[in-house]
Amino acid sequence: MSDSTPAFEMRNITKRFPGVLANDRVTFVGEKGEIHALLGENGAGKSTLMNVLSGLYHADSGELFIDGRRVRFNSPGDAIAAGVGMVHQHFMLVPVQTVAENVILGQQDVGFVLDTAKIEAEVRRIGERYGLPVDPRAYIWQLSVGEQQRVEIIKMLYRGAQILILDEPTAVLTPQETEGFFHTLEEMKAEGKTIVFISHKLDEVLSIADRITVLRQGKHIATVPAAGMTKPELASLMVGREVLFHIETPAIEPGEPRLILRDVEALDNKRLPALRKLSLTVRSGEIVGVAGVAGNGQRELAEAICGMRPITGGSIEVTGDNVTGAPPIIMIEAGIAYVPADRSAMGSAPNLSVAENLALKSYRIPPIGGRWFMNRRTMREQAEALIQAYDIATPSADTPSRKLSGGNLQKLILARELSSRPQVIIAAYPTRGLDIGATENVRNLLVDARNQGAAILLISEDLDEVFALSDRIDVIYEGEIVGHVSREEADRETVGLMMAGERVTKSASNAES
Amino acid sequence: MEVAMLVNLLAAGIRSGTPLLFATIGEIFAERSGVLNLGVEGMMLMGAMTAYGVSHATGNPWLGLLAGIIVGGFMALLHAFMTVTLRADQVVSGLALTFLGMGLSAVLGAPLVEVRNAPKLPAFPIPGLSQIPVVGPILFDHNIIVYIGFLLIPVAWFYIYRTRPGLNLRAVGEYPAAADTLGINVTRLRYYYVILGGMLAGLGGAALSLAITPLWIEGMTAGQGWIAVGLVIFAGWDPLRGAMGAYLFGAIRRLPLDMQNISFFLQHPTYGYFMNMLPYLFTIIVLVIGSREALRRRVGAPAALGVPYVREERGA
Repeated sequence: MSDSTPAFEMRNITKRFPGVLANDRVTFVGEKGEIHALLGENGAGKSTLMNVLSGLYHADSGELFIDGRRVRFNSPGDAIAAGVGMVHQHFMLVPVQTVAENVILGQQDVGFVLDTAKIEAEVRRIGERYGLPVDPRAYIWQLSVGEQQRVEIIKMLYRGAQILILDEPTAVLTPQETEGFFHTLEEMKAEGKTIVFISHKLDEVLSIADRITVLRQGKHIATVPAAGMTKPELASLMVGREVLFHIETPAIEPGEPRLILRDVEALDNKRLPALRKLSLTVRSGEIVGVAGVAGNGQRELAEAICGMRPITGGSIEVTGDNVTGAPPIIMIEAGIAYVPADRSAMGSAPNLSVAENLALKSYRIPPIGGRWFMNRRTMREQAEALIQAYDIATPSADTPSRKLSGGNLQKLILARELSSRPQVIIAAYPTRGLDIGATENVRNLLVDARNQGAAILLISEDLDEVFALSDRIDVIYEGEIVGHVSREEADRETVGLMMAGERVTKSASNAES
Repeated sequence: MEVAMLVNLLAAGIRSGTPLLFATIGEIFAERSGVLNLGVEGMMLMGAMTAYGVSHATGNPWLGLLAGIIVGGFMALLHAFMTVTLRADQVVSGLALTFLGMGLSAVLGAPLVEVRNAPKLPAFPIPGLSQIPVVGPILFDHNIIVYIGFLLIPVAWFYIYRTRPGLNLRAVGEYPAAADTLGINVTRLRYYYVILGGMLAGLGGAALSLAITPLWIEGMTAGQGWIAVGLVIFAGWDPLRGAMGAYLFGAIRRLPLDMQNISFFLQHPTYGYFMNMLPYLFTIIVLVIGSREALRRRVGAPAALGVPYVREERGA
């Protein structure tokens, strides 16, 4: 067992995409029995590097060694055969198939006719051994995101993976689930497996990793032992400058209620109840965070408020007017701004120019909208002004918005939504997938809007974000608000338990406000 | 009297539903892999024409059947190349294939229209079983091709739902990226199943011209390829339901012929047109009902149906 050959060695890996140098002569080594964190901002090349290791991408140059032997992977199948398994950020699970079917998918050694009972027993056995409980007969679409992740890991263990790559694995877990998950990682490490842990959550990396490798702009910056490192040190390695972790949210007295939901009910796309008698209130000058594990009705909540999803019960009031069941246009006129979770599919029209995207709400009214025609010159002028004011990095106002980076696209959407001085802002996962710099920027914009009196409903799975920005936190579970916490009394433990569905009557949480 | 008529109708339904059955199951395979092939009508026509021609030329209907299968496979290969390799739009490519098949079969098959006696596949009443009252004539007194259809149904069902390659097939149509990361060659599988779909469509055409309506006339499939495409949706991509649908439509297609003897229709000949319209009207009705049910039971289309698969599509 005293084997000192590295589990894998990537030497001088270079990978180009059209117009982007994603990995620039990166060297990355993983030892047996270690948890190695791969840290970096978005676009730093972490996922690309790991997709090379897992055989999905071919490196343009560089060498790859597994257990001391030079290898060339032509497909993920080759990598799996060599003991490299990757759990992708977007799960690679077929929703309409069962857990067992997903686990054996692509395996050659299971016989022509599937012996379901045998496979299920094997899946159960692996699950018990590593603390990954999951029902092998359940369909993927019936599982929570945390359970799906377990299936992904079981899938790789079933294939005998010795090197396990996890791409942002904790992004979808509650704090409690994360704890159990870390336990599993320790278990695998004890068996001599190598775990590569891609993340940009510094706290987690420091608590679980043995060593940390930092990438920035496709280049290898540093590989350091985790022990002794601090958050600010890591952050400056990642970003290349000092980073502020705190956002000033001056105490202001909230004003009148701007958004009131009473017993709202709505169905999801499968026509099952997604919102069950959900009530909440957001007042002028406050940010209310909705915390919860993905798939507990967040999306339906945002869509219901914006008039995009029919409501089957209850009422919605915006600035004192009852707008229950009104279409989106009425909601917009009532002063609701929406920053949707899906920036490119719902937040913008990818093939329209930046200027046109910025005018998606103002095109109907003067000065841009005329009786029959649009005043394109005014539209452009306004766009230029917004690009300046919101610091959107774009070659020009005529560039199609699909060419913008995630952070700049989000700034564009915020510029459009916030510049109309909305009464109410619904922001769903506003910083999802953004790097530290862009995240800072977006959060400041939201806090500014709050300080100017907007009522903001912040929907997010990222507890750090919810805690950093919210004046109050409502926890959503299976379409209901199961708990209210004020900023002062908020602690991760309690909120985490509530997110898992436990009704915690900790403090006098009768703040039905 | 009534019973005899019903037996007659059901037997005829199974007979004339057989080409539809082959085409439908073929299209189920193609669509399960994520490729929509609207060229079924064209592939059936080419299969029918080629099979009839080869049978006439060689005097061996089995060689004709084989030729029909091969031609269907080749046409589907064209579609696979267009849509899987070149990532062309599947709808456009499929439509083009149908027009190609219609035109080509009409031109190449022109001399065959005169041929009225090409050898056809043999009828084969199963000894003993065909003597059973009612059930016998409905199920066991048929052309041999009909029994091949009977066999195909459970085989296709078992393959898709109970075998390892079937599991891979379903995964490729639902979530090709997942299959790819597990070492399944998405491109190769899509080629296989598109071609298999074409071979079955060709077989369906050959069944038509060599057994069910043993002759060749231009456009003799009369839209059956389109009905097959619709049946796939009605079937929820399940071969068993696909078979039920195929035989049901076979029966509906037969109605106008079997009703002609009834005096009512003799007195009102225009009703014949109405009866001829029925299969198509039924297609629409059944699709509406079938789709709604599919939504309810969560047996929708394969999620990646119609979407080309590209591995390295994102920059960084």
